[in-house]
Amino acid sequence: MAYSEKVMEHFANPRNVGELEDANGIGEVGNSKCGDIMKMYIKIENGIIEKVSFKTFGCGAAIATSSMATELIKGKSISEALKLTNKAVMEALDGLPPVKVHCSVLAEQAIKAAISDYYTRQGIDPKAIVGEINECCHDHNADGSCSVCG
Amino acid sequence: MNHYVYADNAATTAVSKKVLDAMMPYLTEFYGNPSSLYSISNVTKKAIEDARNTIAKCINAISKEIYFVSGGSEADNWAIKCGAMISENKGKKHIITTAFEHHAVLHSVESLRKQGFEVTYLDVHENGLVRVEELEKAIREDTALVSIMYANNEIGTIQPIEKIGAICRKHKVLFHTDAVQAVGNVPIDVVKQNIDMLSMSGHKFHAPKGIGALYIRKGINLKNLIDGGAQERNKRAGTENVASIVGMAAALQEACNNMEERNKRLTAMRNRLAEGLSKIEHSRINGDMTNRLAGNLNMCFEGIEGESLLLSLDLKGIASSSGSACTSGSLDPSHVLLAIGLPHEIAHGSLRLTFSDDNTEEDIDYILEVVPQIVTRLRSMSPLWDKIIKENN
Repeated sequence: MAYSEKVMEHFANPRNVGELEDANGIGEVGNSKCGDIMKMYIKIENGIIEKVSFKTFGCGAAIATSSMATELIKGKSISEALKLTNKAVMEALDGLPPVKVHCSVLAEQAIKAAISDYYTRQGIDPKAIVGEINECCHDHNADGSCSVCG
Repeated sequence: MNHYVYADNAATTAVSKKVLDAMMPYLTEFYGNPSSLYSISNVTKKAIEDARNTIAKCINAISKEIYFVSGGSEADNWAIKCGAMISENKGKKHIITTAFEHHAVLHSVESLRKQGFEVTYLDVHENGLVRVEELEKAIREDTALVSIMYANNEIGTIQPIEKIGAICRKHKVLFHTDAVQAVGNVPIDVVKQNIDMLSMSGHKFHAPKGIGALYIRKGINLKNLIDGGAQERNKRAGTENVASIVGMAAALQEACNNMEERNKRLTAMRNRLAEGLSKIEHSRINGDMTNRLAGNLNMCFEGIEGESLLLSLDLKGIASSSGSACTSGSLDPSHVLLAIGLPHEIAHGSLRLTFSDDNTEEDIDYILEVVPQIVTRLRSMSPLWDKIIKENN
């Protein structure tokens, strides 16, 4: 398993790290048992993501995908941000090892969770706009539980 | 890069100059197939037997009890898969092992389980040590094989092998030990310790990769795992890896000659490192610190994940590991750390630093300087760390 230079660059110098004091949307996905938690902070004004930051507990790919995802939605409209796919995050990083693809899924879900939180705070039901959020990203067992987290 | 510290000697070691010099003639000059009749082959034949003798002496075996194989994994597979079959015709279909063995052992045992064997996994407790009374309790009428590692590859804990051997002998159960991490690092006496089979791997003690040996006590009739030519007295087919065999013997001889002195130095170095890194809050040392390989330190730092720690260390020129090299690529935390009872979220943040003769006090200084900085940086961006701090306030 080897990371692309871009992944390593974003891991070594992650963009937009930290908390956002004036965030009006905060989303957290993943869990410590699985080994990755992503927390995204967004500040939305007039439908535009004016500021974005993240905090991540996880592997190199988790940190790099968080960093890249924040870069990709900064200054974008909510609808554009909601269109961001894990695939786009991966492509922007010149790919991820197969075992790390779930990190990009987590980054996509973290953005959706933050936007969801923004709508909830506005008194708007986010479900119709954002859709379901998977807070866990691994394969699932037959009973629906996570194959890694149980 | 100013500093480069290789602190992953449990994964593999560098071939030493002395070993390489011993090997070279067998790559270029004496390349004859040991099974051939011409005179350069006599040289290679003799080199193999000399090497066998050297290795046997290092563990107090006799030379015909040593069989060269491709490495630790093959030795484990052979000993377990074929060892368990010896008493199968007597209806013995029970194996005892531990949950924190190397995967070469665990997966071999698993393959036997699928063939109808029953397996008991002994608890290795919080300190990473098997309790012999629990082993004795687990032995049954139909126990065919006990396989317990000599020293653990991740946390370095050294098992009470002599006591385990005595119990197995008393109950007439075949005893195999995966000693890949132990050979060359601790004194081994297969007679005194009642070991029936022992796996070793050259590249863990400065020999090349791709060479290992299985010690099989005289009188044990193990079936072949690799069939073919008549090499290794008809027990293991394949043209001998002559240069590596010679290298392995030279490396083990060297490792055994300066073992006491080296262990003294490495223990002091390791303890200084452990003490320094323990100052990091919410950290812990994994595994017993007394019954432990001199060059092994394994720690967990809460709130951070192991891989990002390793990558950060690598960017600073420190080669280390989290769990074992064999399992990186898996998302699960170390099976060893889970076996000693660590919760998943803490087991994710482990760091293994392993040292050899080649390491210096300056290496320790550098690690002591770099690790706390990296832990602080990763924690500053970890939402899990925020939670840990909140819970503790």
